[in-house]
Amino acid sequence: MEAFAALVDALIYTRSRNGKLELIADYLRRTPDPERGWALAALTEGLDFPAVKSGTIRTLLHERVDPLLWQLSRDFVGDTAETASLLWQPPALADGPPAPPPSVTQAVEALSAMTRASVLTELPRLLDRLDPDGRYALLKLATGAMRVGISARLAKTAFALAFRVDVDAVEEYWHALAPPFQPLFDWAANGADPPDTQSLPLFRPFMLAHPLDDLQVDLADYVAEWKWDGIRVQLACAGGATRLYSRSGDDITATFPELAEALTIPAVLDGELLVRGSHQGGEEGGAASFNALQQRLGRKTVSAKMLAESPAFVRLYDLLLLDGEDLRECPWTDRRAALEALLPRLPAEHFDLSTIIPADSFADLATIRDGTRDEAIEGLMLKRRTSPYVAGRRTGLWYKWKRDPLLVDCVLMYAQRGSGRRASFYSDYTFGCWQGDPADPAGGAELLPVGKAYSGFTDEELKRLDRHVRQHTLNRFGPVRETDRSLVFEVAFDSVRASKRHKSGLAMRFPRIHRIRWDKPAHEADRIEALQALVHGEPGGGTARRQDLSAE
Amino acid sequence: MSPSFSWIRPEPWGIHVVPADCWIDPSREVPHALVTHGHADHARGGHGRTTATPETLAIMDLRYNTRENIQPVHYGETVRLPGGVDATYLPAGHVLGSAQILLELGGERVIVTGDYKRRADPTCPPFQVTPCDVFITEATFGLPVFIHPPIAGEMAKLLTRLAEYPERCVLVGAYALGKAQRVIAELRLAGHHQPIYLHGALERMCRLYEELGVSLGELRPATGASKDAMRGHIVLCPPSALNDRWSRRLPDPITAMASGWMRTRQRARQRNVELPLVISDHADWPELTGTIQEVNPAETWITHGREDALLRWCQLHQRRARALALVGYEDEDD
Ligand SMILES: [Zn+2]
Ligand SMILES: [Zn+2]
Repeated sequence: MEAFAALVDALIYTRSRNGKLELIADYLRRTPDPERGWALAALTEGLDFPAVKSGTIRTLLHERVDPLLWQLSRDFVGDTAETASLLWQPPALADGPPAPPPSVTQAVEALSAMTRASVLTELPRLLDRLDPDGRYALLKLATGAMRVGISARLAKTAFALAFRVDVDAVEEYWHALAPPFQPLFDWAANGADPPDTQSLPLFRPFMLAHPLDDLQVDLADYVAEWKWDGIRVQLACAGGATRLYSRSGDDITATFPELAEALTIPAVLDGELLVRGSHQGGEEGGAASFNALQQRLGRKTVSAKMLAESPAFVRLYDLLLLDGEDLRECPWTDRRAALEALLPRLPAEHFDLSTIIPADSFADLATIRDGTRDEAIEGLMLKRRTSPYVAGRRTGLWYKWKRDPLLVDCVLMYAQRGSGRRASFYSDYTFGCWQGDPADPAGGAELLPVGKAYSGFTDEELKRLDRHVRQHTLNRFGPVRETDRSLVFEVAFDSVRASKRHKSGLAMRFPRIHRIRWDKPAHEADRIEALQALVHGEPGGGTARRQDLSAE
Repeated sequence: MSPSFSWIRPEPWGIHVVPADCWIDPSREVPHALVTHGHADHARGGHGRTTATPETLAIMDLRYNTRENIQPVHYGETVRLPGGVDATYLPAGHVLGSAQILLELGGERVIVTGDYKRRADPTCPPFQVTPCDVFITEATFGLPVFIHPPIAGEMAKLLTRLAEYPERCVLVGAYALGKAQRVIAELRLAGHHQPIYLHGALERMCRLYEELGVSLGELRPATGASKDAMRGHIVLCPPSALNDRWSRRLPDPITAMASGWMRTRQRARQRNVELPLVISDHADWPELTGTIQEVNPAETWITHGREDALLRWCQLHQRRARALALVGYEDEDD
């Protein structure tokens, strides 16, 4: 437990991603089986001990510490497990030499065996054997909330780094295994065969695209598809069960139960999840805007009303496995043919096909892309006809060619310190648009915050922005400074939608600083109406605009 | 409050010694101040007359140009104040020059601890336990969660990290008076004799410590030093400079902070610290409660920090106690 406790603390105090990866990888290499497997499960919050709850800790401490002293301490420390770890009184030395600290494995075994009745006598026995940092790690592990700021993906990446194996293979096997992941360590660290994954409805890592940037491709080698603005999903059916996964590999089956029910053929499908809605567009029709999809995301259960009003369907891009056969090594043309052949076997209300866009030349394609006014389309995908389905981003196989972003001129309102390497810089910016006429000195125009961005500028620009913030500060609130509203940002964003959570009533998607307009007076920045006009469709009378690449 | 101690009156801006009409650690200008030590929440300029140890007076001279109407008192020395009050300065073990002040009138004995600790500190003499009737104690770390670990372990953490990253430096945030010099002196005791680089705000105080007989080994200004020169070395700065622009001149610094507040993870993370070092110049909970038991006063008056928990402890142990509501004492930088 000491090594694990040291790792937990090091992770808490390490800000950089690479630093965290190194710490975990190093621990995994140094630690024997099954200790490291349990530790990995704890870090990814994959352990659950029903007998131990936050209330259990409070109960234990109330038996040992004056309630007022506990309350004052808890208020100061801000965390129940940490307060308990600091207040716990180890047994007096007179009671004999202390038992050695338990390993993570021993702790997991002991915690698993505890019941609601036995926990109040058994948990103290573990705590008695540990120092404060060990007690903290144990209590966090026991209550299933490590909060060390690492995602499951980061832990898997660290695993891959530790044993020099492919992270996508780790991702694939991970879903087939339970803690302490012994077959995973056998394979990666001990040279055994990989775990069997064919017969389970597992997540297979997605193939991703590079931005096209200034490249041009030959349409003899590449096909073009729309890039739909929904969420990328994978449907996996095997062994009589069907699961729906998000792009990060999260199981979202419960949010869209109608889709899991709709696939009963053993297959793994890649597509865009959309909901049917009133917003018609594209020759496919029937896809609602991202807004409508948002209504269903983030809900753990779905009402019958919602199922009826916003039914979900998947617009299929690709076919990875079918009837026990892995198609991922096949060229795209073969997979596409198999997908088209499969489509008639799938229920039409829940599946359709992402069509191939007919275009004779790259120039044609550019015209088609610029001409689209459909809110459900983000841009184009270009896929190499010979390309296998490979996990992650591989150069030269798939490209995304997004529509040019929208641009609007905003005024800097607040700046916040960054973290890690940017901790000494004011690098996160909140900006706003005018309500009222800023050119009219008596008009009482005010700025409404419309978004936040922390990217899109160079290191040199960051230094200059940092200076600007420090020299134009009106107020300070902890790590935040309010500035005098003198600097204009040209902000690029993908789309904007109505939002009740923001004072301006608007929320931007993917805002980033496109240009810093050191030259532009703040009263010439855009008014809120310019953004409001974009909530439904293209820029009309407003001053916000599509970025025109040819003009740059 | 017992009427028998009415000659000592706590006011929001300091403790009034009524017959002598002087004040202990007043936070506003007064005609006559008795100062326990040089920290800004206890010492300030502008008093008509200042009584303190010679070291504290030297520190106040450096910080506030206090050089006129001063009255130095050595440890163990007693001065007679107006109204027949005797004041004796006793070591508090907090920082160089820090003192408890024992006040005596008509057979009644009152001690004002100022800030104190019970751990060994190579930069100042240890706290001296002295019997009294009223013990006016600080309570900066007056919560049972505060148990400062032995300093040797914290030094080992610092030196291990330094050795692991020879291409970087470890930047340690430490309060300019006391903490910085103690960290340096402890590093020397731990066998670290490399030059230590200093932020400009620490240089004068370190020089004063040396003049007053505390040797700190080779110290170099960080200002003007090249990045390469500082690789593999320890750099000290005041806490406010830890995440400031100043640190950009350093070679990929690992940020550390030496403070009793580092005991809790949330505080350490708020400071953006990668290496928290739990090093405090104040008494921790066992020292606060242990000292009250050792001194065994008839009454304990609690000030300067988290009075509630220590008051509760006194109640639970059947000790007469009260919390004083003094303002302006805030040792966030310990
Ligand atoms: Zn002090
Ligand atoms: Zn103080």
